[in-house]
Amino acid sequence: MSWAWDNRALLAQDTGSHLYLALMPILFGIIVSIPVGVLCVRFRWTWPPILSLTSVFYAMPSLALYLVLIDYTGLTDWTVIIPLTLFSLSVLIPNVVAGLRSVPQPVRQAATAMGFGTLRQVVQVELPLAVPVIIAGLRVATVSSISLVSVGQLIGIGGLGYFFTDGEQRDFPTEIYVALVLIVILAFLADGLLVLLRRWLTPWERARDTRATRRALSATVRGSRAEGVS
Amino acid sequence: MSYFSIAWQWLTSDQQWHGGDGIPVRLAQHLQYTGIALGIAVIIALPAGLAMGHLRRGGFAVVTLANFGRALPTLGLLVLIFVLTSGSVASWLVPLAFLAIPPILVNTYEGVLGVDADLTDAARGMGMTEWQILRKVEIPVAMPLILLGLRISAIQVVATATIAAYIGLGGLGRYIIDGLARREYNVVAGGAAVIVLLALAIQGLFTLLRWLIVPVGLRRQTQVS
Repeated sequence: MSWAWDNRALLAQDTGSHLYLALMPILFGIIVSIPVGVLCVRFRWTWPPILSLTSVFYAMPSLALYLVLIDYTGLTDWTVIIPLTLFSLSVLIPNVVAGLRSVPQPVRQAATAMGFGTLRQVVQVELPLAVPVIIAGLRVATVSSISLVSVGQLIGIGGLGYFFTDGEQRDFPTEIYVALVLIVILAFLADGLLVLLRRWLTPWERARDTRATRRALSATVRGSRAEGVS
Repeated sequence: MSYFSIAWQWLTSDQQWHGGDGIPVRLAQHLQYTGIALGIAVIIALPAGLAMGHLRRGGFAVVTLANFGRALPTLGLLVLIFVLTSGSVASWLVPLAFLAIPPILVNTYEGVLGVDADLTDAARGMGMTEWQILRKVEIPVAMPLILLGLRISAIQVVATATIAAYIGLGGLGRYIIDGLARREYNVVAGGAAVIVLLALAIQGLFTLLRWLIVPVGLRRQTQVS
């Protein structure tokens, strides 16, 4: 721990660059995935090819993508940010689509009946209702992104990952521990903030949550009774 | 010269296909590491996921483990265990197998848990034992998700085994780590291409498995990661 205190300036600096490298892709991911997701739901034929594309991105080992990009971006932050953006898209696009599809048909019809145009219906009705599913995807994408940045250290751009390779070279586990714990804490913090964001954006869900819990509880009671009979 | 021509030139040159540092040897090593780590993960995670899903218990633990597994940086875990064990066999096997467990566990658990209660009740009513219900009803219905978990794990292990070349593991990651150290970009480019192709091949293999194993009636419910 005294090591961490002595090196707090370096740790803070690398935490900053780590967050920058991890969160820029999430920002780009949100900006791209929402219009693409809306497109996939509006024009159904675009969904299968885009789904295949996202599952291909999902399968790419991050290190391999970083290396491919070196040739185009040089050794800059973009070498890490672009592949991580593709990863975030591979999680976010399917979630945006699933979220939009989870909007009940009567709600859509009501919006149409009230004279909402397509754009207004998407922005004011469908996207807000899709928020819980979109944020579920956002949580997975953000946590993975924060952890994957450190792999970039193998090409010299890895935020807190610096302490992994440095600790290995100097055979100094403390350094590795501290960076590992810091990354996990950052990931959980970001995850917690997204949960708060969801609560804030969907105040109606809170009422439903308690109702759903009550319903689930009574279902369990019914379930155990049924088991007792058989 | 663009990335693709560099990688293509390296891949097609004759010397990459022979000897101890040739692609066939490195690929075989990589598949071997992946197979061992995945095998260990399957032995642990599959029965655990099936049991917890069938008994409808342990959901919180499964989700927590999945979150933790996702948050844990692979390079850090590899390097830490390598330094702590001063470079024994376990230094690559433990993190590789550990990181492969959460996707299999979560998807198996969710798959079995998601089986319609009417189905299991009907099976019970027909006089099936709990074991028969698991084997004949829950596993087939959960199969798409079980395969999804296996696929995510397999790809994860292939990627992590690449990174493990940094702590001295053989396999395809050697091209990348050695190429970077010697500043030979064509080796790095070629190695990255082989790894990408391997990941795509695994993706394809699981698509094929899905067609072979998943019952016809269930194929329409496409599950997305």
